[in-house]
Amino acid sequence: MERLSQTVEIIVDQDTMIEMYHRMLLARAFEETVFDVYRRGWMPGLAHLADGQEAVPVGVCMALRPDDTITSTHRGHGHIIGKGGQVEPMMAEVMGKATGYCRGKGGEMHIADVKLGILGANGIVGGGIGIAAGSAFTAKREGKGRVSVAFFGDGAINQGIWYETANMAVLWKLPLIYVCENNQYTEYTNYRKLQAGEGLVARAEAMGMPGLEVDGNDVLAVYSAALEMVERARRGEGPGMLVCHTFRYGGHHVGDPGTKYRTKEEIEEWKARDPIVRFERVLVERGVLSPGDIEEMHSRVEKRLADAVEAGRNAPYPDVSEVTEHVYA
Amino acid sequence: MSTRELTFAQAIREALDEELARDPNIFILGEDVGAWGGVFRCTEGLYEKYGPERVIDTPLSEEGFVGLAVGAAMTGMHPVPEIMFGDFITLAMDQIVNQAAKMRYMTGGQLKVPITFRATMGAGRSSGAQHSQSWHAWFAHVPGLKVVVPSTPYDAKGLLKTALREPNPVVFFEDKVMYAKIKGPVPEEEYTIPFGKADIKREGSDVTLVALSRMVHPTLAAAEMLAKEGISAEVIDPRTLTPLDEETLIQSVCKTGGAVIVDEGYNRFGITAELAAVIAYGAFDYLDAPVERLGAMDVPIPFSPPLEFATIPDEQKIIERVHKVLEGRRR
Repeated sequence: MERLSQTVEIIVDQDTMIEMYHRMLLARAFEETVFDVYRRGWMPGLAHLADGQEAVPVGVCMALRPDDTITSTHRGHGHIIGKGGQVEPMMAEVMGKATGYCRGKGGEMHIADVKLGILGANGIVGGGIGIAAGSAFTAKREGKGRVSVAFFGDGAINQGIWYETANMAVLWKLPLIYVCENNQYTEYTNYRKLQAGEGLVARAEAMGMPGLEVDGNDVLAVYSAALEMVERARRGEGPGMLVCHTFRYGGHHVGDPGTKYRTKEEIEEWKARDPIVRFERVLVERGVLSPGDIEEMHSRVEKRLADAVEAGRNAPYPDVSEVTEHVYA
Repeated sequence: MSTRELTFAQAIREALDEELARDPNIFILGEDVGAWGGVFRCTEGLYEKYGPERVIDTPLSEEGFVGLAVGAAMTGMHPVPEIMFGDFITLAMDQIVNQAAKMRYMTGGQLKVPITFRATMGAGRSSGAQHSQSWHAWFAHVPGLKVVVPSTPYDAKGLLKTALREPNPVVFFEDKVMYAKIKGPVPEEEYTIPFGKADIKREGSDVTLVALSRMVHPTLAAAEMLAKEGISAEVIDPRTLTPLDEETLIQSVCKTGGAVIVDEGYNRFGITAELAAVIAYGAFDYLDAPVERLGAMDVPIPFSPPLEFATIPDEQKIIERVHKVLEGRRR
């Protein structure tokens, strides 16, 4: 089995770092705002938030080209923002409004922006994996070096679809990058209780593809590992898997405080390694941003989210006549 | 139009061949569909003609290769995954029902999913309970899918060509008993058959027999026998379940006053129930007797021939149901 080098440090230009930081801030602010929107009763249903996990989607998506595709999960807001999704139509979709990405038909679990290569978040655990394999198949056929990324969690790695597509992706050398976001908890149960074997890199290697394990709270580490996998796939060398260890601050969904099955100590330990705070430190140390710049970016993002909520609240619901549209093309 | 006789499998193969030649985005994938030519010979020679990139042998991974096909459809291809035995479609249910069928709707019309799932159905080969089932009703229950159940080589070719030009997911059911046994005329010239148009396979005035897929054949044979008793039966084949040509069914029953529905799927909550409801609602004032539903018996399909044949409709059972309808009329 070929082993990829465990990249430690790569040179990332300043603009890329600032954009990474911007997207991480947007992703964090989006989740915090959705939680607020939920508490105020401004959205129907529930939401699955990923605050704390921002380094994974942003680090991976910044390694992608605009024509690369991603598939996401039920906890997908960060992936969509990472790939360039706009928070305004996202917020409207969360609220079920006609101005939402999916005209209110998808909801918070099914946001897609096909033009940006976002083939949809998915309500079935592992549901995006088959689609991502298919996009990789098309990409290989097109021969333009496009790649496909499947984001999924520690729960989905135990679904059969992963093994079935991994087998075909290796056989057919598909440009597919499996990104496992291990946020430690499969819904309400610690992943260690549910996962046999020697870890997920071992599983990837058993299927015949390389795997890399990274600190999922270090956006530069995620980015450099993703770049390595992505470039390898672009060269036609086939699929790979990235395993990113991270943590969600909230519960499984907004109605779950997430404190019954996780200790206060565990949560605090992860918060001490917050991916945004850590990246801020790097940005200041390297002179990319000043504390003043950071403060300004925070307030710009907060303002943008507040405006998105306002716009969403003022937007109309879809007309009931739309209910039968889009069943068939 | 000049025609020749083709078997059902040859008609399917010809449709695939012509459409592979027409549209470079079409590709076939499934178990043994490539070099082996398919266990039912429906892809024979296509691997040699179009190559391993377009006629792809997959691992035995129904969920995986169907899921991959759905993603390929979402990104511009038109895949044709083959489910060798329709019974195995259970392994790919999430990909068909939760992914393919809903993607367009959930994304507010951003995506199209042009994909043709080919699957077999049908009992009568002593294949046991896991290689004999007919699950077309399941898919007719799912919004977002179209469901095709052809009964003749002519219909199979024309409907499959339409499926391969559809921008939507289509589940195309082929009764495996027909592949080699059913022959029929197929034009040399190119043609397609639109979805949602039932075909009157035989005209009649005393009773309407609605049958689909292979059941059309015993139903036509039963109609022939009934003619000798002086009973004129009309035989209608809906050909597609989604969309369903309700109008043709209702008009026929308005004319005849009675109906028997024959299907190889299970009776309970099945196609026979749905079609009976369509007729009962649309032709209520014209019905002289309750609509008779003749589906498969509600048991797992047994292996031993006398048991197996007891579970599926045949000429004799159809004739009995027609007599029941006509007796009902006399009451």
